[in-house]
Amino acid sequence: MATHPPDTGAWASRMIRNTLGLAAWTAAWVASVALAAFGPGVFWNQQPVPTMLAIAFSVLIGVGMLFANKRNLQGLDELQRTIQLQAMAWSLGAGLVGGTAWSLFDRHDLVAVEAEIAHLVAFMAVVYVAGCVAGVLRYR
Amino acid sequence: MKNRLKVLRAERDWTQADLALALEVSRQTVNAIETGKYDPSLPLAFRLARLFGLPIEDIFHDQGQV
Repeated sequence: MATHPPDTGAWASRMIRNTLGLAAWTAAWVASVALAAFGPGVFWNQQPVPTMLAIAFSVLIGVGMLFANKRNLQGLDELQRTIQLQAMAWSLGAGLVGGTAWSLFDRHDLVAVEAEIAHLVAFMAVVYVAGCVAGVLRYR
Repeated sequence: MKNRLKVLRAERDWTQADLALALEVSRQTVNAIETGKYDPSLPLAFRLARLFGLPIEDIFHDQGQV
């Protein structure tokens, strides 16, 4: 008769909890950034004090997101951490090289749009997600 | 590095999910080790050896080994 190995489902449930926690912190951070970006024009007529408070709030939520990300990474297994490391390496490298090139294009007026940090964030996010997908496919 | 993980698991009629839960890793990790796409760390190799009650060298083989 088949015997099953000891089931330690605690790891799996802890990983799900960490992932959901990270998703919640990320959503909160995105919302806080949106508030800091659009709040001055939409809600409080460009007054500096609420704007500063909104930015400070966004930084606080961002710090929470960083710790949630650290907790999530520590809870992954070694292959998942390898995939994350490779995706983050691609994202960082592409962000550095691509961001610098984009900034130079802007400085020498070779592009019609103005280079903004949001472009870099979006580019790095796309590279990171592509890196994660590539890693999952590589070890499938 | 080659390994006998799939055979050992099949002998015990364990699924990849069973093994993954016991090792506290994802099913993808078990599959990647079985197919030779990923070599586990030494601590994970020891956990596998303990779980199967075998020495590490009975589970993993260096491909260069004669």
